Amino acid sequence: MALNAERDTRVSSSTPFWYDPKFRAIFFQIVTLAAVIGGIGYLVGNTITNLERQNVASGFAFLDREAGFAIAEHMVSYSAADTYGRAFVVGILNTFRVALLGIILATIIGVIMGVARLSNNWLVAKLASIYVEVMRNIPLLLQLFIWYGVITVSLPGPRDALNPITGVFLSNRGFMVPAPVEHPIHFYMGIAFLLALVASYLLYRWAKRRQIATGQQFPVYRTALALLIGFPLIAWVVGGAPAVVEVPELRGFNFRGGMSLTPEFAALLFGLTFYTAAFIAEIVRGGILAVSHGQSEAAFALGLRRGMVLRFIVLPQALRIIIPPTTSQYLNLTKNSSLAVAIGYPDLVSIGNTTMNQTGQAVEAIAIFMAVYLVLSLTISVLMNWYNRAIALVER
Amino acid sequence: MADQTLHRTVERAAREDGDAPVVQPPATRSGVIGWLKGNLFNTWYNSVITLVLLYLLLQIIPGLIDWLLLSAVWEPATAEVCRAASGACWAFIHEKYRLILFGTYPYSEQWRPTLAVALFLGMILASCNRHFWKPWLALAWAIVLLICGTLMYGGVLGLTQVPTTRWGGLPLTLMLATFGLAVGFPLGIIMALGRRSHLPVVRLLSVAYIEIIRGVPLITVLFMASVMFPLFLPQGVSVNNLLRAQAGIILFAAAYLAEVVRGGLQAIPKGQYEAADSLGLTYWQATRLIILPQALRISIPPLVNTFIGMFKDTSLVIIVGLLDLVGSAKAALTDPAWRGFYRESYFFIAVIYFVFCFSMSKYSQHLEKRLNAGTRR
Repeated sequence: MALNAERDTRVSSSTPFWYDPKFRAIFFQIVTLAAVIGGIGYLVGNTITNLERQNVASGFAFLDREAGFAIAEHMVSYSAADTYGRAFVVGILNTFRVALLGIILATIIGVIMGVARLSNNWLVAKLASIYVEVMRNIPLLLQLFIWYGVITVSLPGPRDALNPITGVFLSNRGFMVPAPVEHPIHFYMGIAFLLALVASYLLYRWAKRRQIATGQQFPVYRTALALLIGFPLIAWVVGGAPAVVEVPELRGFNFRGGMSLTPEFAALLFGLTFYTAAFIAEIVRGGILAVSHGQSEAAFALGLRRGMVLRFIVLPQALRIIIPPTTSQYLNLTKNSSLAVAIGYPDLVSIGNTTMNQTGQAVEAIAIFMAVYLVLSLTISVLMNWYNRAIALVER
Repeated sequence: MADQTLHRTVERAAREDGDAPVVQPPATRSGVIGWLKGNLFNTWYNSVITLVLLYLLLQIIPGLIDWLLLSAVWEPATAEVCRAASGACWAFIHEKYRLILFGTYPYSEQWRPTLAVALFLGMILASCNRHFWKPWLALAWAIVLLICGTLMYGGVLGLTQVPTTRWGGLPLTLMLATFGLAVGFPLGIIMALGRRSHLPVVRLLSVAYIEIIRGVPLITVLFMASVMFPLFLPQGVSVNNLLRAQAGIILFAAAYLAEVVRGGLQAIPKGQYEAADSLGLTYWQATRLIILPQALRISIPPLVNTFIGMFKDTSLVIIVGLLDLVGSAKAALTDPAWRGFYRESYFFIAVIYFVFCFSMSKYSQHLEKRLNAGTRR
């Protein structure tokens, strides 16, 4: 880059024009472009010929046809009579669900493990580092198979399901937990929660302005927590406190009622979470270690308490180091959720695979995969970059 | 260490003084008790955590040792004997280890993959030694890989030919990862240079390739390789499944390796480029003689990490129907007589993967320290 940037581009009249850097730049670019376009054109030409020979109609028209296969888990209503398009939507939502839950859980476990590795308790630090090393050095696919094996082979059948807590059943058909029966009040509780979020934000801004103006502090975090729990609670009490909770029950060969995690979903979620958490733990540990010791010493010298040092001095600086690599771990988790196809969780890739086998529309299915994952990756990157900018060092 | 030295100095000073009696440090500050107090019970909450963890470990570890070692079936036995025992069934591994390690490679010919893997591991061990980092090492690698390939494929020197569809297990895993790195690396270097080029078209194409490949999962790349490559080729030309998967892994690896190399390129100070310019070197001369030797040296530790990642990722080829280590471990479980011994099978290959990856990551850390020895203050 810097090699030619500052080079004098004037050429004396005796030099042939092919030694002119400007001419060369344009020439090489045209050659590269021609080679790439030519190569792609050749491949596309072959593909079209081959597709014609196989009598596969290209295009996305197949999305409107009836899919004809059932999907075990769907967040929107779906039956075998629905279209391929809807099947893809179901798959995309399933990918979203496992990726989102996985990111949240992996962050929590990863932060705990990262801090644990720095603990001054020898046992805690050693156990955490064993966890990290074991998880990082075994392929995720193998871990998924192991989780799936543990759940479907080693857990008992529904009839003698493990029952660690009342209402919670662990069996080889999945995990059953009690869930509240649907009630209109849940909708209002959701609204109350959103209101509490807005109120907390306004409170935060007010408290910050007041502190800048007068120096007085206000317990924002505790108040916000009270608001976030209190508002939905009030809505619930006002609505008559409907406390109907459905507990799973054994009927026939399987459980009915409550909420269930299928073995496939549980295995995928556990595998992704524990695998990615190990990487996040290393990032967190590195981030905290990178904050120089003088920072916390200076903070202690200023008379800040332990919690305050962590919150105001160490964490904000560590976060700046932690965020960018964590973003790529989130992206990895989302991409790795495509391993679901190996254990039969109906995510985007696994549904696309079934579609490919049924219709032969391989090019279109793979185009959909790539488009969806690219959009997901870009979305996560944009969100995390925005967060990264928000906490970045403001240089004056 | 420092504590002890200090202690000794103080002791000597006290002796020379002659009056103050030598007092040993209190038992609660040194030795085993001091260590326990300092590292496990230094505060009340640490004591609680330690006790809870010790209780949990006492619950888990005896059962684990019993399953792994004491109650396990070690000598060759039938599945019935194993089912009756409460421990692990290592007889299963004894029965199936050749299937797990070599896939469906012909039984009588399995000395060939064994020899190939041994040669390969020997080369890896030799390459760990920095004294051997000379140009002839690359040549040695090429020769060894050629020998390994000939051993596996046969068809010459009286070796029977073994089609690639019968290859599997550990040699396949090692092969996919090694060729992924070996072929992907030059591609990656070109792409990394392209991404830092001042020619907009070249830069744009490189960025597009790198970002698209890094934005999609390896599975989609493998699917593309196995489903779309046949469509890409003109009629009558076919490539076997193994080569298609290998091509997919190479394309995937190239994008990640490009980013590793770019990291190295970015770390080269601008003065190096300017100095090369002022010596009158052309772009390619400067890149070959000045920039790349320094950039690649910096990127060796992340390269090892990329290789570890790729070694683990090759397990995904099971999705496109190849029997690598994970695939053959699953295949061993399909034998009706030995159904249900998934723990033993997975444990066996998990240990293999762990040994490989853990030693490579330790080596990469060691290398990082050694390579930085010159610049560390």
